[in-house]
Amino acid sequence: MTTATASVSGVRWTKKHLLGLEELSADEISLILDQAAEFKRLAAEGETKLAALKGTVVANLFFEPSTRTRTSFSLAAKRLSADTVDFTASSSSLSKGETFYDTAQNIEAMGVDQVVVRHSTSGAPHLLSKLLKASVLNAGDGTHEHPTQGLLDIFTIREHRQKLAGLTVALVGDILHSRVARSNIWGLKKLGARVIVCGPSTLIPSHVERLGVEVSNNLDEILGECDCINLLRIQFERQRSAFFPSIREYAHFFGMNGDRIRRSKSDVLILAPGPINRGVEITPEVADGPHSVILDQVTNGLAIRMACLYLLHNRRQEESP
Amino acid sequence: MSTTLIRGGRIVDPSQNIDRVGNLFLRNDRIEGIDTGAAVADHVIDATGMIVCPGLIDLHVSLREPGDEKDETIESGTAAALAGGMTSVACMPDTSPVVDNRAAAEFVQLQCARAGHCNVFPLGAVTKNHDGQELAEIGQLVEGGAVGFTDAKNPVANAEIMRRALEYTRMFGRPIFNHPQVPELAAKGIMHEGYYSMQLGLRGIPAGAEVIMVARDIALAEMTGGHVHLMTLSTAGAVEQIRRAKAKGIRVTGEVTPHHLALTDAALQNYDTNFKVDPPLRTKDHIDALIEGLRDGTIDVISSDHQPFAEEKKQNELDSAPAGVVGLETLLPICIKTLIETGHLTWSKLIAKLTINPATILGIQKGTLKSGHDADVTIIDPVTAWRIDPSKFKSKGRNTPFAGWEVKGRAHTVIVAGKVRHHV
Repeated sequence: MTTATASVSGVRWTKKHLLGLEELSADEISLILDQAAEFKRLAAEGETKLAALKGTVVANLFFEPSTRTRTSFSLAAKRLSADTVDFTASSSSLSKGETFYDTAQNIEAMGVDQVVVRHSTSGAPHLLSKLLKASVLNAGDGTHEHPTQGLLDIFTIREHRQKLAGLTVALVGDILHSRVARSNIWGLKKLGARVIVCGPSTLIPSHVERLGVEVSNNLDEILGECDCINLLRIQFERQRSAFFPSIREYAHFFGMNGDRIRRSKSDVLILAPGPINRGVEITPEVADGPHSVILDQVTNGLAIRMACLYLLHNRRQEESP
Repeated sequence: MSTTLIRGGRIVDPSQNIDRVGNLFLRNDRIEGIDTGAAVADHVIDATGMIVCPGLIDLHVSLREPGDEKDETIESGTAAALAGGMTSVACMPDTSPVVDNRAAAEFVQLQCARAGHCNVFPLGAVTKNHDGQELAEIGQLVEGGAVGFTDAKNPVANAEIMRRALEYTRMFGRPIFNHPQVPELAAKGIMHEGYYSMQLGLRGIPAGAEVIMVARDIALAEMTGGHVHLMTLSTAGAVEQIRRAKAKGIRVTGEVTPHHLALTDAALQNYDTNFKVDPPLRTKDHIDALIEGLRDGTIDVISSDHQPFAEEKKQNELDSAPAGVVGLETLLPICIKTLIETGHLTWSKLIAKLTINPATILGIQKGTLKSGHDADVTIIDPVTAWRIDPSKFKSKGRNTPFAGWEVKGRAHTVIVAGKVRHHV
C-alpha cells in the first residue's frame, strides 16, 4: 500500500463538490487529469491499492439505472481503500415514496463522506449539495452534465495527442439530450480545443453556439477536419417523440462506418461514451478497429474517478484538521 | 348603523377617473361618497400619506380546498388575500374533486363565509373533472354562484370543446378563462426554451406553445362572439395578437402575474423549484413586451396566480416538483417594484388592473368607490420598506421566488363590507 502524492501541477483543489465542468477552470481540469495520470502510472507499476481514503465512506446513490459508471466509481473508491455503499432506485426506499431529500439525509446520517449521485433530473446533485454536509460528485444529471465522463474523454484524447489546444473535436449525434455533450463542450473549450457539434437539426438545441461551438448537420462535410470524433449514443429512452424518421436513416447520415473512417484524417481518434448501439452510431468494424479508443476510455474512467474522489477527500481533510 | 371616515388619503379610483386627496365615507356595508358624508363618523381612519382605493381583486387564485388542505385552505388562503390587500378573489376550480357541479361551487362559498375574511367568487370547470372531454354543467354552476369558467392549468386543448364552451357561456354572459398553451409543445417542460434550458439541460417550453393557443382562442372568440380571458400571459407574441384582436373588437382579455414581470429564465440556474412556474419565466424581451401590453391596455389585469404547495412537494427534484408559486401576499410590492418605481405605470393604471378591470371581467359589482357600492376598500402604504419573509405568510404555502427581497409598500388596512378585516 502506498499514498499517492498530492497536487501534481502545483494548482490547489479548493472545490467541495464536483457538479460539472462548467464551474471548473482550465487549471482545475488539468489538475484532475494530471492526478488521474499519476494514478494510472501507479496502477501500471502494480500499485493498485492505495490507502488515501482509508476510513472514509463513499456512497453511490443511483436514482437512474447505470452499470458502467456505478461500477467504475465503486472500484475507484475501493482502490483508494474507502468503504462503499451502493443505493439504487430499485433497492432503496424510493419506491416506497420517500422523497429524494429524505433518502439523501438518511444516507448522510450513516456517516458518509462523499456521495456519488446519478439522477434523471437535471440539477438533482446541485440540490443535494445544498442539503448535505458530504461532498457531492455528479455521476450524470438528466440532460445537464456528466463531468467524469467529460473528463475521461478529454483525458483519453490528451493521452493520445498530449494536448487539447488546436485540436478539432466533433461531438456527433443527440446533443439535445446529452449530458456527455455538455460536459465535453465545457471541458474541451476551456482547454483550447475547437468543438463542432454535429447531428440532425432536431437533436441540436438552439442557442448551443453560444457555448462557443460550431454546428453542423452534415457529418461528411466535417469528417476531413476532425482530429477526434466522439459518437454520442442515441438515447431512445429520452426521446418523447420522433426526432428522426428511422434508425436506418440516422445511421445513413450520422453513423460512423468504414467508409467514413477512410475519408477521415488518417490518425483520427474515435470515441464513444457508451453503452454503444452497434450498427446505429457506430459499426462494429469501427468500434473494434484501430482508430477506436473506446476501451481506453473505460480504463481511464477508473483513474479519473479515483482522481476526483481523492481531490475532494483532500479538500475535506484540510477543512477539518 | 355605523359610519366610517377614511381621512386625508390619496383616493385613487380608476372607475371614476379619480386621483386626488380627499375623505372617503362609508355607511354600514356601503360606500357613502367621497368628500360627502356624515360630519361625525363612528370610526375615523387617518390615511394621510396612504393610497385609498377600491378593494383589490385577484381573479386567479387556487385555494386547494377541498382536497389539498395541506397546501392551503379557504380559510388560510383568504387570510393571505386580506394580508395582500385583496377584498375579493376568484378561485380556480382545480380542487379535488373539481368544482364542476353546483354543490361544489356552493361549498366554496360556504367555507368562505365560515372563514369570514374576504369575498370569494368561485370559477367553475369548463369540462367535467377537467378532462377536456364533456362540458361541465355550466348553467347549474352559474346558479350556484360561478362567475366564470376554466379548466385552470389544463388548457382546453380540443378546439371543438372550446368553441362550444364559448358559445354556451355567451348565453350566461360569462367568460372562459383559458391557460393558453399547446400541451404537446409543452409536455414535461420545466422552463422557457432558450439559452438557459439548453445550458442547464432542462426541458423547454417554447414561446410558440403559448402564441399558437392564443391565436386559436382569439379565432374562436371571434367566431362565437364569446368572451375568452387568457390567463398568465408570458410571451411577446401573445401580447401582439391580443393587441390586434382588441383593435378588431374581439372579446378577449388578458392577465399577467408579477413573477412573470420580475424574473427571467436565468433564475433557474440554481435549480430552485420556487422558480418553476407554468407558464415558465421567460426572457427580458418578453418582459418588455408584457410591460408594453400593460401600458397600452392590451393586458387588462395583474393576477397572482397563487399556487400554494406544501413544503414537501416543492422540496424535490425539478422534474417531480409541481409548478407554481404563492403570490397573494407579494403581488402588491412586486407590482410597485416592477411597475411604479420604474415609471412604467401610474398608480391609477396599476390600480385599474387590480380593481375595476378584474371586476368587469368577472361581471361583479366591485372594484369601485362609487356611492352605494359595497364598502370594500384597500388602504395602501406605498412607501414603507420591508423584507419578504415566507415564514410570516398567512398562506400555508411558503413557495415564493421572492424570499428575502427588500420591497416597498403593502396593504395597510383592508376593509370588506365596511368592516376592517386586516390592519398592519
